[in-house]
Amino acid sequence: MHKKHIEDFIVLLNEKLNEDTFLLLLKHPHKLPEINAGQFAEVLVEDSPLTFLRRPLSIHDVDYKNNTLSLLIKKLGKGTKKLSELKPDNFLNLIFPLGNSFTLLNNEKVLLTGGGCGIAPLLYLSRKLNEKGCDVHILLAAKTASDIVRLKTYENYGKLYFTTEDNSLGEKGLIIQHSLFKNLSVFKKIYTCGPERMMQAVARLAANNEIPCEVSLENTMACGIGACLCCVTETKTGNKCVCVDGPVFNTKDLKW
Amino acid sequence: MVDLNVNIGHLKLQNPVMTASGTFGYGLEFDDFIDVNLLGGIIVKGTTLEPREGNAYPRMAETPMGMLNAVGLQNKGIDHFITDIYPKIQKYTTQLIVNVSGSNIEDYLTVVEKLNELDRIPAIELNISCPNVKSGGMAFGTSCSSAAEITKAVRSTYKKTLIVKLSPNVTNITEIAKTVEAEGADAVSLINTLLGMAVSIKTRKPLLSTVTGGLSGPCVKPIALRMVWQVFNAVKIPIIGLGGIMNANDALEFILCGATAIQVGTANFIDPRISIKIIEGIKEYLQSNKINSISEFRGSLILK
Repeated sequence: MHKKHIEDFIVLLNEKLNEDTFLLLLKHPHKLPEINAGQFAEVLVEDSPLTFLRRPLSIHDVDYKNNTLSLLIKKLGKGTKKLSELKPDNFLNLIFPLGNSFTLLNNEKVLLTGGGCGIAPLLYLSRKLNEKGCDVHILLAAKTASDIVRLKTYENYGKLYFTTEDNSLGEKGLIIQHSLFKNLSVFKKIYTCGPERMMQAVARLAANNEIPCEVSLENTMACGIGACLCCVTETKTGNKCVCVDGPVFNTKDLKW
Repeated sequence: MVDLNVNIGHLKLQNPVMTASGTFGYGLEFDDFIDVNLLGGIIVKGTTLEPREGNAYPRMAETPMGMLNAVGLQNKGIDHFITDIYPKIQKYTTQLIVNVSGSNIEDYLTVVEKLNELDRIPAIELNISCPNVKSGGMAFGTSCSSAAEITKAVRSTYKKTLIVKLSPNVTNITEIAKTVEAEGADAVSLINTLLGMAVSIKTRKPLLSTVTGGLSGPCVKPIALRMVWQVFNAVKIPIIGLGGIMNANDALEFILCGATAIQVGTANFIDPRISIKIIEGIKEYLQSNKINSISEFRGSLILK
């Protein structure tokens, strides 16, 4: 596992992507250490007395050349709202890179599925898989088309598909109703991140087709480094910390 | 050069700053961030006789200026500690103290006897105040008779430094402190978490699987400080103060109110380097106020 760091990043950009989603581009003051796809950061929300703990957020993308990383964040509560108010040149303190990472394949056909803010870690994953020669297919799900952000960026690393509940983009319905799920056996691996019920549905279909499936969980956390044991998920070998034993789990190990 | 050394029973600490049980793992989790050996000591995670899975998720809820937890003493048991953890933490030169918990006196005694054999563990912290387990735990620490019974039993077998961690969920904490002092405790640490609760009016459900949990963080500090002051005026044994310490200023307040040493708990989650910053801050305060030693400052609260 990589050494963990604590660092004040400089905000380069805070881009509003839709009503409640924004992208933070953060510059490391020195050389950005290596980060794997699926890892996260514990972000300190300053001057926010009602949000006491750090916020665990997926690392959305990494740029070693410019020593930057980005976070794709949905405004869900007081902490993320405060983060949405950050301005260029503000500092943001991160503990990173935390947790394990997705298992990458070489030269295989793979499916990435995401919904809600669960699409955040899939960008860096798709880039890494692309670099490994994989044939990357990305299925993103939302209530409506405007919920889906950063399309052009995802498009750089794989073939994109969509489901929307109101039929405004892609196929109508929930993620597992997409036609890709009718012929899952063409994929060597499925990766998923999003609302728990969505991930469970994807995992069930993957299991039915005997395809390995990795999920990224987002349990509520305090420390992020395996000290407090607050963020556990039930696995077949007992309670495991999502922060250090995860956030990525093979679904066959979970008690779903 | 200021003197930060303090004594807790036979235990000598190079400075009064320790890390609280359950907030610092086994120290190893913090190696990337700090030199753990600079600490006065570390109190490792609550250890029980048998492995425990702890309570179901969700076990944590953020609250204004604090958090509730209901971890429920998840740990792999004393034998796992001895075979797997103890060899790894022997690299530390700082003092290693094990927090001991159990659901009955026999369990406590078995764990304590095993810890008595470990050369690098010079002290235990007897947890009679965990609010998150069904049997034992806090039940031992909320009545004088049961606190006396367990302290007496452990004292008769454990020869090294015995610290008893007290619960704030009592009518009068000084009575419990006096009781464990009379039964031979070398020191008391206080406070453990306060029993609390959080609910959602959206889902109409509690935020913790156990409904209630233990409150910690800066929101509990005034209560912890009051209890340390009360106990300081009631017993002669050293007091280890904890509860919402976020910085050196907070730590100094506890020492001013009579604590010989302090523990940093929840603050470790916000800044994994905070315990070391607190040591530095204490040193700077003493230097700039021309106080030669931390013991000179201890309990020096001016009342009028």
